[in-house]
Amino acid sequence: MNYSTPTIWLIIVCLALGTFGLRFVFIGLVGDREMPAWLLRHLRYTAVAVMPGLIAPLVLWPAATGGQSDPARLSAAGAALAVGILTKNVIGAIVSGIVTLYAVQYLLT
Amino acid sequence: MGRFMAISNPKTAYWRGFRAGAPFLLVIVPFGALFGVVGTEAGLPLLEVMAFSVLVIAGAAQFTAVQLMTEQAPTIIVIISALAVNLRMAMYSASLAQHLGAAPLWQRAFIAYLCVDQSYACSINEYESRPNLTIPEKVAFFVGSISTVAPMWYISTYAGAVLGMAIPPEYALDFAVPITFLAIIAPALRTLPHVIAAVISAALALAFVWVPYNLGLIIAAVFAMIAGAQSELWLERRR
Repeated sequence: MNYSTPTIWLIIVCLALGTFGLRFVFIGLVGDREMPAWLLRHLRYTAVAVMPGLIAPLVLWPAATGGQSDPARLSAAGAALAVGILTKNVIGAIVSGIVTLYAVQYLLT
Repeated sequence: MGRFMAISNPKTAYWRGFRAGAPFLLVIVPFGALFGVVGTEAGLPLLEVMAFSVLVIAGAAQFTAVQLMTEQAPTIIVIISALAVNLRMAMYSASLAQHLGAAPLWQRAFIAYLCVDQSYACSINEYESRPNLTIPEKVAFFVGSISTVAPMWYISTYAGAVLGMAIPPEYALDFAVPITFLAIIAPALRTLPHVIAAVISAALALAFVWVPYNLGLIIAAVFAMIAGAQSELWLERRR
């Protein structure tokens, strides 16, 4: 890369302040002021509205396989999700996902 | 506890948060190391690589910025693109405000700095499944959930930058990201509206994957929140 040192620092500082701003805007500035009921009803679904969208492309089109769907990764995701829903045990879900990933990779190579 | 008055116990909450956040080390260590390697190989000095991880502390945005910098993108494009990747943080902030809004300002500022996917996901799960937590307990849980993740993000970035070694791809640790998030989000699928929101989120994120600046995720998230809220209202009316 060919950026001057001040430019690199400008990028870092803008990203640091901008990211902090995004994280602080509601928790810091709105604080405990009452938010309208309709907004709270939507915010209740924030986690389930963001995380699946974050994960779905990684599961279907993993960068590690050049974007090709991969049976090992698909089964691993299925196992982690199933164990997570059935047991609500985070470690159990992670372990079953990883074991499935390695097992299917081993069986297919 | 249950029907008795809950006694505030931040220390217990801290350690519960600690245990909830610790599994994410599986993701944080390889990706921190990878960022250290990629940043150094892109030509960033050690101090600048560390500044990214310590000051920005947002993995996906850091990778986006460094990727664009290796492509010699204009400075403003680097900044806008990386911040767009972080737009979801504002949604996390709004969602946490109703739980932590009454905490002292300095604590809220500290939490804002440490609000990453992992700490948010653990904490909101806890707050929703234990509505009786006091504010100090909620703060303690949050700090507990991040107290392995954040230091290890800094340390593994440093190790990657100095040693120039990432974890070999054969270990398929790239897949630790979706697996850990699936594990944390699965218990949150506790009602039909939650399931509907999750399905809409995944489907629309795939459909809008072509939208630049990672904005497809934001579009998917907004529609998924609307779907969750609307199906909740619909179920209430049917009752």
